[in-house]
Order: sequence, then structure tokens, then C-alpha cells
Amino acid sequence: MRRSARDTEDSARKVNRRALLLGGGVAAMFAVLAGRMRYLAVDQADQFKLLAEENRISIRLIPPNRGQIFDRNGRLIAGNEQNYRVVITREDAGDVEEVLKRLAEVIPLPPEAIERTLTEVRRHSPFVPVIVADRMAWEDLSKVAINAPSLPGVTPEVGLSRAYPLDTDFAHVVGYVGPVSENDLAKLDYPDPLLKIPEFQIGKIGVETWMEDRLRGRAGTKRIEVNAYGRMMREIDRVEGDAGDDIRLTIDAEIQDFVQARLGSESAAAVAIDVTNGDVLAICSSPSFDPNLFVRGISYKDYAILTEDDHRPLANKAVQGAYPPGSTFKMVTALAALEAGVINADTSVYCPGHYETGGRRFHCWKRGGHGAVSLARSLSESCDVYYYDIAQRVGIDKIAEMGRRLGLGMRHDLPMSAITEGVMPDKAWKRLRYDQEWRIGDTINASIGQGYVLASPLQLAVMTARIASGRAILPRLVRSIGDQELPVSEAPPLGIDGALLRAVRQGMHSVMNDRRGTGYSNRVADPAMVLAGKSGTSQVRNISAAERARGVISNDQLPWNRRDHALFVGFAPFEAPKVAVAVVVEHGGGGSSVAGPIVRDVALRCLTPGPLPPLSAYPKSQRGRIETFLNALPLRRIEPEVTARSRA
Amino acid sequence: MSFLEYRVKSAPTGLAKVLHLNWALVLLVTAVASVGWLMLYSVAGGDLDTWAGPQMKRFALGFVMMLVIAFVPIWFWRNVSGLAYLMSLVLLLVVEFFGHVGMGAQRWIAIGPLVLQPSELAKVTLVMMLATYYDWLDPRKVSRPLWVLIPVVMIVLPTALVIMQPNLGTSLLLLMVGATVMFLAGVSLWYFAVVAALGVGAVVSVFTLRGTPWQFLHDYQYRRIDTFLDPTADPLGAGYNIIQAKIALGSGGWTGKGFMQGTQSRLNFLPEKHTDFIFTTLAEEFGFVGAFSLLALYALLIAFCVASALQNRDRFSSLLILGIAANFFYYIAVNLSMVMGMAPVVGVPLPLVSYGGSALLVLMAAFGLVQSAHVHRLR
Repeated sequence: MRRSARDTEDSARKVNRRALLLGGGVAAMFAVLAGRMRYLAVDQADQFKLLAEENRISIRLIPPNRGQIFDRNGRLIAGNEQNYRVVITREDAGDVEEVLKRLAEVIPLPPEAIERTLTEVRRHSPFVPVIVADRMAWEDLSKVAINAPSLPGVTPEVGLSRAYPLDTDFAHVVGYVGPVSENDLAKLDYPDPLLKIPEFQIGKIGVETWMEDRLRGRAGTKRIEVNAYGRMMREIDRVEGDAGDDIRLTIDAEIQDFVQARLGSESAAAVAIDVTNGDVLAICSSPSFDPNLFVRGISYKDYAILTEDDHRPLANKAVQGAYPPGSTFKMVTALAALEAGVINADTSVYCPGHYETGGRRFHCWKRGGHGAVSLARSLSESCDVYYYDIAQRVGIDKIAEMGRRLGLGMRHDLPMSAITEGVMPDKAWKRLRYDQEWRIGDTINASIGQGYVLASPLQLAVMTARIASGRAILPRLVRSIGDQELPVSEAPPLGIDGALLRAVRQGMHSVMNDRRGTGYSNRVADPAMVLAGKSGTSQVRNISAAERARGVISNDQLPWNRRDHALFVGFAPFEAPKVAVAVVVEHGGGGSSVAGPIVRDVALRCLTPGPLPPLSAYPKSQRGRIETFLNALPLRRIEPEVTARSRA
Repeated sequence: MSFLEYRVKSAPTGLAKVLHLNWALVLLVTAVASVGWLMLYSVAGGDLDTWAGPQMKRFALGFVMMLVIAFVPIWFWRNVSGLAYLMSLVLLLVVEFFGHVGMGAQRWIAIGPLVLQPSELAKVTLVMMLATYYDWLDPRKVSRPLWVLIPVVMIVLPTALVIMQPNLGTSLLLLMVGATVMFLAGVSLWYFAVVAALGVGAVVSVFTLRGTPWQFLHDYQYRRIDTFLDPTADPLGAGYNIIQAKIALGSGGWTGKGFMQGTQSRLNFLPEKHTDFIFTTLAEEFGFVGAFSLLALYALLIAFCVASALQNRDRFSSLLILGIAANFFYYIAVNLSMVMGMAPVVGVPLPLVSYGGSALLVLMAAFGLVQSAHVHRLR
């Protein structure tokens, strides 16, 4: 078929017309595209430039080094230890499973660790390093480094983690740090953004938590350029943060270690206070635990061991334990009566072995009675009837007031956890607490530190220090924060007539130095370090008449948790008191036989620089036994003062 | 001896053809492609071997192919267009049953080292087929229903096969290219009006039938439309691409952040930065000026095609050139609308610039046809 030339020309014209039409459409579309481009890139450029910057720049926190904690002489208690660990990065490792298998041939790596690492690696982006092994020995780390060529993607790292070189000695004082919990965050209105960093640790109990604000420091920041997957491409700039403040405690680590060792495995607490300024020299609770376990994340098994122990190692008995002070309370009753003028130092009370009032009979611990008893004898032989009588005369409210002046029934503010207020009962207290009237029997019980009266070892030590100094000593645990020494203001006088205090102190002297005194066996022979004190044995139960009849009164025949608490308080040297010590041994039995020797050892240790109390201070007859005993104490070697403020 | 061959007496022969190539078009194609190499070099972080190098090699191969096709007389290509069309239908059927489904559900088959997407090929062979048809058909009959139905069937066959792949973007492009050739051939505008009305009806039913058993788009296709309509509704999911692309485009400003300084592409915020979204990197690094320059190159390229078609008095040749130019234009329009947030995300590359083998080779072959038509034109 042949078409005419005209047909072809016609159709060509038609094609041309429509082609031009289409060309116009194309041009219009290009104009639209160019217009849109202009709108985005020019008119809205500022907004999009901002968005691009936001995309690009990410601000990361640099965690500050935590402040370290030292004892009064600069010995390290809580420090930041180099922590060797091994991390794996998926994108460098390739076959993670294979690499881990090879790693397990080089260092000990339990199958659970491999399993956990594999799940972690899968959860994160390929460039995020995942910890394979933590807290490794240096030898293992170097083995990894040597085998690096066959372990692609595996990197040895050094981090910082909290360490407590004196572990059990300071567990209750300093506490420990741990990972931030949901609970911790919920407690704060505006939590420090640092707390949201994984693996960041904060104080959980003790000084670590109460001084958290000073120890933590301030985070630095770095601005980094990140890509779409959050991988850091380069650092743009950084602002360094401030390390936390170092804290120096008033405690002497060597004394603390001695006291902890001296308490041994007893369920006990001891507090030693510098009488001149209130510095706490040692504050121990036994048994203790290793805070390092908690930093690493304690296993269920280890935790169960701690919680199931009936000696309650986790409890800080020195400040949170509230015990009936027993006869150690008698100084309070005596001072209240002396100050009220109802007795004087020479007032004599007849003790027939019991005291009758309101139709009830209250027994003295000595069934046969003490006969005529003066103040000094009432303390040295711990006559109960004397105190029943004078308490009746002075009344509970005056006794309670004296107790509070001496530091009982109030919370002493130390940076430690769960500090108890104790109980210093009076009539108003009972009405408020039990909605009952105060009875005569209550006063009788309170007069010898039983009944409602409860005090912590810390409170007893403060009481003793106040009696010894005549001043309202306040305990102090922190000596300096950072470079700043905390000021020590001289404690104000108690406002008790010096003669009255001297009379009570004299009584406490005869407790230990009078042949018939309850603490005579715990006397100090060295005249420069004479110890004055008071024993206490507080009942944790009422001995029933039936038990008494059967004659089951010996502590040894009772189950441990029903035996009496043994207490003892003391100060030394008698002439110019320097140290006050209080010891409570839970269910220990007799105060003078169990707690008394500890008070003497601790007081002597506080007064002398040596690692052990001087043998010469003990009575000759006891030296042999005591030497063996003291030398057997498991004292640790404490690293000397850290001179340079190391910031590892 | 065909009609065209009979009429062409002055067509150059032998190596003289080189002188009669449309050199402006050759230069424009090379210029656009080199913009692509520059951008591919940049998005690879200054590395030649990742994308730019292979792309240059493919371009060289395509360039040779273009010349070979240009040297073959245009009447040969007209004579084989029916065969080419049938072959591409067969290939579409083959990939339907034996092809690989890759990203974006584009079906492809591997021929040795070459990856072939028959749907790309179909766009060119469809244009060839329709141009041949209208060249053969008496121009006075083009609007008669029967003679309209035949090209419609020619368009629908490959379109249906591509829709089944499923590849919505390419099938729409096929429809539009086919319709464009029919429009250029002079088919009555009434047909287009009816089809446009039907199209509106189809769009309405697509949305109303969503969620019913009769919905005829895939869920992912619906989601793409949703994302287009409101990208911020799912900023980290499907809307992420559009938002990041707009940020890249917008943050370029007048003159851009400088070569290799685009943070969006360098830090991997841009999706498909070397393929469909490569224009965003250009806009980010060279700003409005750079982006507009590329637009201008594209516009010139199409303008030269149209000019060539208008010069050409052979019906097959002009329809072929215009069809290929329209195809080229639709690629550009859809891709740029997509990256500028004016159209939903459909997997359409930016012609000659995006990284990708088969699309580039098919495109170069199509330009070979354009050159052949130009060289062997009626003078």
C-alpha cells in the first residue's frame, strides 16, 4: 500500500501540533518542579537547615569520676578501680558466635555469658560494643590482647568501677553503689540526666547515698556528629565535667578494722567517739558483708545467705538497732534526781532486794539486797532498788528530759541510713503512743533502762561522751568535703552542775576500779588511761514466775535469741576524757563479762597509736590471756595514706 | 524496500553518519550522566569504586550501544518493532513465572552479568509498536473505535503483566506513555476525556473499596498513598523517607552545603541515596542552583528531542522520538515529584543519574533509536 504524500504531510502537521501542545505541558511541569524546588530550598531553607542539624548533632554526657572516700588519715575506703573488660562489636567480628567460641578457648567464659552476649549483640546495632566479660584479671586481659588477630571485633577495655578495699569494715558506714533503679528515678522530680546512662551507678545506702550530691560530680558533655543509625562519626566539641568531691571521714580505718575484728562473729555493734569534738572514730556493726558484692550485682544465692542469717548482717545495728539500755541508763536517772535536788551524792537508800509500790513488788538483780546504798555504790554494784526509789521521787518527765539532754530519744544526724530515734518515754509520749496513762511501774522499769526505753549504740556513746565532757557533744562523721574542712564548733555546755557530773563520773570510775564493781575485771591498770564505765544487761523477755521457780535463769540454758543483751559504756582516761565507747552484744548475756572487755580493748586502742592496745595497760593477771587473744585477731594490713589525690 | 527507505534518498551512509548524529543530544545525555557520576562519587563518601565507577562503565557500554543502534537505518527498527514488542511480552511472562523479586517488587531476570527488567524494555518496545501501528494506519481512520481498540489492547497487554508483578509505578508509566503516543497520533480528544473520567472514577473506587474484599491495591500501596498524604504521621516508619528527603532538599538553600558536604546523605539519613533519591543529595550539596541546572539540562534534552521530531517528516520517526522523550519526561516528573513530596513514593529512578544498570542501558538504547531516526530522517 502506498499512501499519498499529502496524507503524510497532513498527519505530520497533526503530530507537530500535538507535539507542541505536549511540549507546553512538559514546560509547565518543569516550571512546577522548579517552583517547588525554590519553595523547599529557598523559602523554607531555614527550617530544613535546622532539622538537618538536629539530625546530625547529638549531645552525649561524659560521666564524671565519682568522689573517693577516705578515713581521717587519708586511707582509701571507697575508690574507683580500673575494671578490665572485653567487648565485642558485631560489625567487626563478622561471625560473632564463632569469635566467642574462639574467645572461650583463650579465657574462661561460661556458656551463660556467651548466650547473654549473643542476645545482647542481636539487640543492638552492629556498631554498638557489647560487654562479654567484666572485671577480668589482668592476665586474662593480656591473653585477649595477644590473641587479637584471631579475635576480630573483640576489644579489651579499661573502665572505672567502685571498689571498697576495706570491704566488710566499712560496709555499714559507707554503704555501696548500684545501678539506678526505676524507684530511684521516681523519687526525683528532675533526675540528673546522668542517671539515665546505662551502667551509671549511684549510692544505695550509707555515706554513698547520703553524700550522693557531693560525690557524684557534674557531667561533662560532648557534641558529636551521628549518622542515621546513631553511630558516632566524629566529636565536634566537648565540655569537661567536674569530678565528684572526695570525702574524708572522721573514722580511723585502723581503729575501725580493730573494732570490727574484735566484735568477731557476734551479733554486735560498737561506737567510739572522740569526747573532745564528737568525731566518730569507729562505728561498727557485726556481722558485716562485702559491699563489693553489691557493686558487681549480688547473686540470689549470696543475697539469700545474707538475709537468712539470724545475726542480720545487712542491718547497721550501731545506728538502727534500738535496744533497752538496761543499767547503762542509770546515770540518766541519777543525774535527773541529783539535778532536781531529791537526792545528793551521799543520800543513802536501803536495798532489801526488792521494792514495793502500788501493790507490786519489783526485784533487785541481787536477790539478797545491797543494804544501805549510796550513789557511787548504786552505780558500781548496779543496785536496782536505789533507782526504783529515786525515780519515784523525781518522776519520769524529769528523767526523760535528762535523757534527751544527754542525747537519747533523738535522731543524731549522720550521713548513714536508717538512723533510729530510739525511745525516751514520758507521760505525754505514752498518751500519744498508746493512749494510756503513765503508771508507777513504767517509771520503775524506765529507771533501770527497761520497759519503753530504747537506745541505739550511737546514742549510748553520745550519752557517755556528754557525761564525760559535760558538753552537748554531737557526733560527726564527715571531716572534709573536697578541699573544704568542715568547721568544728565547740559543743555548748550541758548546763548540769559540774559537781553532779563529777559524782556520777566517780560512780562510773568505781564500777571499774572498785573491787566490788561490776566492771572490776575490765579495769585498766595504766593510770594514764583509766577507764570509767557502766555495764548493762537488758532483758529481751520477761522471766516468768514458773521459770524462776524452775531455776531456769541462766542465759546459757536459753536459746540464743532469748538471751539477754549485753551492754557496756565507758570513757577514758578518767581524769581528762578523750574517748567514749558504747558496745551492745545482742543476746550476749552479761554486760560486764561480754561487752565490758570489748569497751576496754576499744578504748585502749583509741588512746594509743599501735595496731593493738598496749599490753601494759591490762592488769598483770590478765596479760597472758589477753596477749594470746589480741594477737589472734584477724587484723588487715591497711594501705597507707594516699598522698596524691589519685583520679585514676 | 520499505516506504521510508524508498523516500529517503539523501540519508548518509557509512561513517558519514557520525557527522549527522544529533550531537547536541549526545552532549546533553553525557552531561546529565556526568552529573550522576559526580553525585554517585559524593554519596559513596568520595569513593569511585562503590557506584560512580561501575556507572561510568555501564554508560560507556550504553554509549556504544547507542551508536550501534543509531547507525542501523531506522526502517530496520520499524520492521522489527512488532517482533521486539512480542519479545518483551514473552519476557514479561517469563519473569512473571521465573523472575526474581527484589526491592520494591520489581521483577528481573539475570542474563549473565546483566540484570534485565523486562518492564523497562517494554516501555520502549511499546512506543516502537505504537509508532509502527500509526505509521501503517491511514491517518483518517485513527479515531474510529476499532482502530482505537487495537492500540489500547497493545498498551493494556504489557501494562496488565507489569501490574501483576506487582509494580504500580511502572504500569502507570506504561499507560501514560502509550496514551501519549495515541494522543500524538491524533486520536480524538473525546477518547481521552472518557478515559480521564474513568480514571477519576477508578481513583475514587480505589479509596472507597479499601478494606473491603474487593480492594484492588496491595496494602503497601495504600500505605504509600497514606504516607504521601501525611508523612509526619509515621515519622520513623514509612514517612521517614519523605521527611528526610525534604530536609535534605530544603537544607541546601540557594547554593548548597558544598560538594561532599551534605550531612543528610553522608550520615545516611537519606534513603536510597544512590538510586531513587539521588536528586536530594544534589539539592543538598549544590542547592537550588545545582538542582535547577539539572532541571534545565533535562528540559533542554527534551526540547532537542521535540525539535528533532518536528524536523522529521516521517510519521514513525517523529512518533518514536516523541514517545521516547515522553517516557524520559515521565521518569523525571514522577521521580522529582516523589522526592519533593508532591507524589507518593513509587520506585522510579531519576533517568541517567540514578545508579542502576538495566534502566540506563534501556535508556541509552532508546536514545540510539532517536539518533537513528535523526540520522535517517526525511530531508
